[in-house]
Amino acid sequence: MIPSSFSYQKVNSVAEAIKALSSGEAKILAGGHSLIPTMKLRLNSPSKLVDIGALAELRGIKESGAEIIIGAATTHQEIATNKIIQSKLPLFAQGGNSIGDVQVRNKGTIGGSLAHADPAADWAAIVLASDATIEVQGGKGTRKIKATGFFNGMFSTALQDDEIITAVHVPLAVGSKGSYAKFPQPASRFAIVGCAVMKMADGKVNIAFTGISNCAFRDQAAEKAISGKKIDASTIESASKAAVEGVNILSDHYASEKYRKHLAKVYLKRALLAVS
Amino acid sequence: MSATTSYIGKSVKRVEDKRFITGKGKYTDDIILAGMVHGAFVRSPHANAKIKKIDISKAKAMPGVIAIFTGADVAAINGVPCGWQVNFKNGDTMKEPKHPLLVADRTKHVGDPVAFIIAESREEAKDAIEMVSVDYEKLSCVTNPAEAVKPGAPLVHDDVPNNICFDWELGNPKSEVEEALSKASHVTTLDFVNQRLVPNAMEPRSYIGSYDETSDKYTLYTSTQNPHLIRLLMCAFVLGIPEHKVRVVGPDVGGGFGSKIYHYTEEALVTWCSKEIGRPIKWTSERAESFLLDAHGRDHVTKAEMGFDKDGKILALRVKTFANLGAYLSTFSTCVPTYLHGTLLQGLYTTPKINVDVTGVFTHTNAVDAYRGAGRPEATYILERLLDLSALEMNVDPTELRFKNFIPPFDGVKQPGYQTQVALQYDSGNYHGVLEKGLEILDYKNFRKQQKESAKNGKLLGVGFSTYIEACGIAPSAVVGSLGARAGLYEVGQVRVQPTGKVSVFTGSHSHGQGHETTFAQVVADKLGIPMEDVDIIHGDSDTVAFGMGTYGSRSLAVGGSAIVKSIEKIVEKGKKIAAHKLEASEQDIEFVDGKFTIKGTSKSLNFAEIALTAYVPHVYPADLEPGLDFSSFYDPKNFTYPFGCHIAVVEIDRETGKVDLKRFIAVDDVGNVINPMIVEGQIHGGVAQGMGQALLEGVEYDEDGQISNGSYMDYCMPRADDFPMFETASQVTPCPHNPLGVKGAGEAGCIGSTPAVVNAVIDALWSSGKKVKDIRMPLTPERVWKAMN
Ligand SMILES: Cc1cc2nc3c(=O)[nH]c(=O)nc-3n(C[C@H](O)[C@H](O)[C@H](O)COP(=O)(O)OP(=O)(O)OC[C@H]3O[C@@H](n4cnc5c(N)ncnc54)[C@H](O)[C@@H]3O)c2cc1C
Repeated sequence: MIPSSFSYQKVNSVAEAIKALSSGEAKILAGGHSLIPTMKLRLNSPSKLVDIGALAELRGIKESGAEIIIGAATTHQEIATNKIIQSKLPLFAQGGNSIGDVQVRNKGTIGGSLAHADPAADWAAIVLASDATIEVQGGKGTRKIKATGFFNGMFSTALQDDEIITAVHVPLAVGSKGSYAKFPQPASRFAIVGCAVMKMADGKVNIAFTGISNCAFRDQAAEKAISGKKIDASTIESASKAAVEGVNILSDHYASEKYRKHLAKVYLKRALLAVS
Repeated sequence: MSATTSYIGKSVKRVEDKRFITGKGKYTDDIILAGMVHGAFVRSPHANAKIKKIDISKAKAMPGVIAIFTGADVAAINGVPCGWQVNFKNGDTMKEPKHPLLVADRTKHVGDPVAFIIAESREEAKDAIEMVSVDYEKLSCVTNPAEAVKPGAPLVHDDVPNNICFDWELGNPKSEVEEALSKASHVTTLDFVNQRLVPNAMEPRSYIGSYDETSDKYTLYTSTQNPHLIRLLMCAFVLGIPEHKVRVVGPDVGGGFGSKIYHYTEEALVTWCSKEIGRPIKWTSERAESFLLDAHGRDHVTKAEMGFDKDGKILALRVKTFANLGAYLSTFSTCVPTYLHGTLLQGLYTTPKINVDVTGVFTHTNAVDAYRGAGRPEATYILERLLDLSALEMNVDPTELRFKNFIPPFDGVKQPGYQTQVALQYDSGNYHGVLEKGLEILDYKNFRKQQKESAKNGKLLGVGFSTYIEACGIAPSAVVGSLGARAGLYEVGQVRVQPTGKVSVFTGSHSHGQGHETTFAQVVADKLGIPMEDVDIIHGDSDTVAFGMGTYGSRSLAVGGSAIVKSIEKIVEKGKKIAAHKLEASEQDIEFVDGKFTIKGTSKSLNFAEIALTAYVPHVYPADLEPGLDFSSFYDPKNFTYPFGCHIAVVEIDRETGKVDLKRFIAVDDVGNVINPMIVEGQIHGGVAQGMGQALLEGVEYDEDGQISNGSYMDYCMPRADDFPMFETASQVTPCPHNPLGVKGAGEAGCIGSTPAVVNAVIDALWSSGKKVKDIRMPLTPERVWKAMN
């Protein structure tokens, strides 16, 4: 529970952070709620931490045209309790509220969660379901990555070594309705199964899962089964039948593959019911 | 002594909370001694491995490293002892392999210490760990006690055949029980595992060893529940240092739940090494080490059978248990599955024939010892699961089945105590009373109606009962001595009246969160008729407190409190002599009421402070009386005390996921007289939470390599406030007839009664839906319940 020694640098701008990243074994520190635990177990021993947690340019939530922009260093709690989010993007308030406990929510950030890409992270399912885009900045400038192209596998993303997530852009689709249904591991409260659903005004339904495979994913088969149809008992049933088939499902001492699969189907039903 | 009590029976706020809540408590890890250095352990990553070679040269050259000790360096030192001898049925003494301070040849569980690194800072010690290279030959291991006794299972100790430490039996002869069962009209059989639990004290274990060359004296600061016992064990059995040359201090201790009773190898090691290197050494367990190495609890594999006649009267009980002891014997590990478990199998029932057979087994796991309840939860689990399950199987009401079999009420004064088939004699009890009260709070009839209705709405409701008894206030020395205890179990209480009439009380009962500073002060203040503020409770330092056996087995008030009362009686008696002399009256005419020594029937009196002052300024004083007002007493209890109660759980199960939601929890406890109702209720709440934790959330999972696969708070689920409804508590008072306060003990009751109530409720819910499931393995995780339903 005592990490190896490391140096610490608090930066004043994203540019400074990117510069600091290029020198040696440095890592970004945001809320520290994924990074520090791994350092205490000495699973991770960066020689330097670059703290972006207090950067004003990375914090806050604003509405801009047809989207909402959430700064990468905005905490889960700030998102969950933000007025704009609560009124225009309640799925994100629900998501933020479902993370860990209040201490975790007060420290952990959305950017940190996305960059860390824990297979059970809640934001992953939510950004996927809401067709969000992740804005990153690195030595070569800025770029935007679609959420659907961001997660590569367990703890693995499309981020380059010198890139920092700066913001999450979420489209505001008029007439859409989202819901997140989560079955938490009772100890960590990470998702055993998390299912995010976004029903668009045109009847398209986005369905994303977290917790059940190496990384969060959109379930196209389930989406196909229900998109464009009236959401009712029978379409919910057929979406649930189609869901997570052929997916490589995780298994551990708390929840076996078979049970996780069952839960995924149950939680999809619950999420769909909430938007029906 | 005092006509009116102004503190006893009142929920006085805990005086110690000011420092605990404001972060001003002083724990071992807060202590910094001049020149102090820090220790860290190289620990075995394997459950069973030969150490082929160990190379410390690189680590020794690391910055800050002062010394490194390995198994070879401490080979001549004794191992840590076991405090209770249990014999084989054939009379052979139990197997007691050495538990060395550091392992030299073969590691026997994950975390077994291989080297001790001492460095200037904790961080430097920790960095050096990675530089010690140990060449292990990994061997196969066994973690399940029922598997470990099978022929061909890997051996933990080469000289312990079949890994059996002892086999043991109690109660009526097997043949009689067999006969009774064969005549039964119904026999309920239950095979189950009472799973292993991690105690999870909030404060990790922490020790500082310090040696003073000039006086040749050692000091050990330790996060312990019993400083004197640690001194005795460490001096006499491990290090061979005379006791007067060792001071053991247990400062504030942040919880123990039993895990800080035992003498751990690390305590002896920091003490011994402090002389070797000539500097004080601190070692504080990391949380990961706490998970691995604080003595665990429970871990029984059991088969139990209960036979009934056609009217539902219990005819016999037969229990066979394989108790996991871990790789080495911890201080009280052997008495937990035997004398603290087998002896409780009478329960509250008149069962005429009982036989319990226990095999104590070594496995490649961390030691198992007393954990809140210690043996009694395991016994209660057997009985109460059997009672509810039998009711379901026989299609009778579980509460009627209990009423039919309860031992009738007895107060232990007019009616004698109840002699069980399993060695104990209960002190006093009114078992019908607690169940009746519980049913009233539950509104039982209504509940059953509601259960049927909610079934129609697709909900699965269940109710579970547990009417428990436990034996605490541990324990008469002669009795436990005859059963194998290697120590007495009395307590010491010294009451020192200062010249101004203020009172310092020295007790051998060590508080690790229970509120002794409040409860004991309430007793002393009332008995002496003085304000509580005038009483100070001092504990935890072997140089200050004469002696002590410490805190466990819910004994502090019943035994430690009684010792204090004995000293108070001596003070009052002496006070009367002094008062009689000063008031020129005869001693028989003096009465002590409300803090005043008064000539009976007159208004002539002296108050407590005046008597105190006279005792220390003995100018006008009886000729043959010593000055001073300071008495110490040893109290050895006449019997155990036997709290009992009724716990009722109501659960609702999510049909789709198997998730169990605890809807109501009712606890009616009878812990004898109550000094501070708030503290008692707090103990019950905490105990119930822990018991529910075992039922639904907690449990160590070993993989086939003997690794704990859920050894952190990210995986091992501790109960949290939002897992519970508001507890509905009530109490009944049946005083203990054999101690001066009439108290029984409340520290473990909650944990003993609650677990089977919760599990029974889940089983009841399943039966109500037609799923006739006998058992679901604890903890009843959603997946396990879901599997049982599907
Ligand atoms: C007890 C507990 C319970 C939890 N429960 C949940 C839960 O229920 N659901 C859930 O989703 N999560 C949960 N978490 C994780 C939590 O949400 C973390 O806060 C989050 O995963 C990481 O965010 P952070 O700001 O703390 O990142 P850090 O820990 O600071 O960083 C994590 C990783 O991301 C990198 N990083 C951080 N910010 C950026 C950035 N802007 N750009 C690029 N890289 C960056 C870091 O270098 C590091 O590698 C839990 C954590 C704990 C300790």
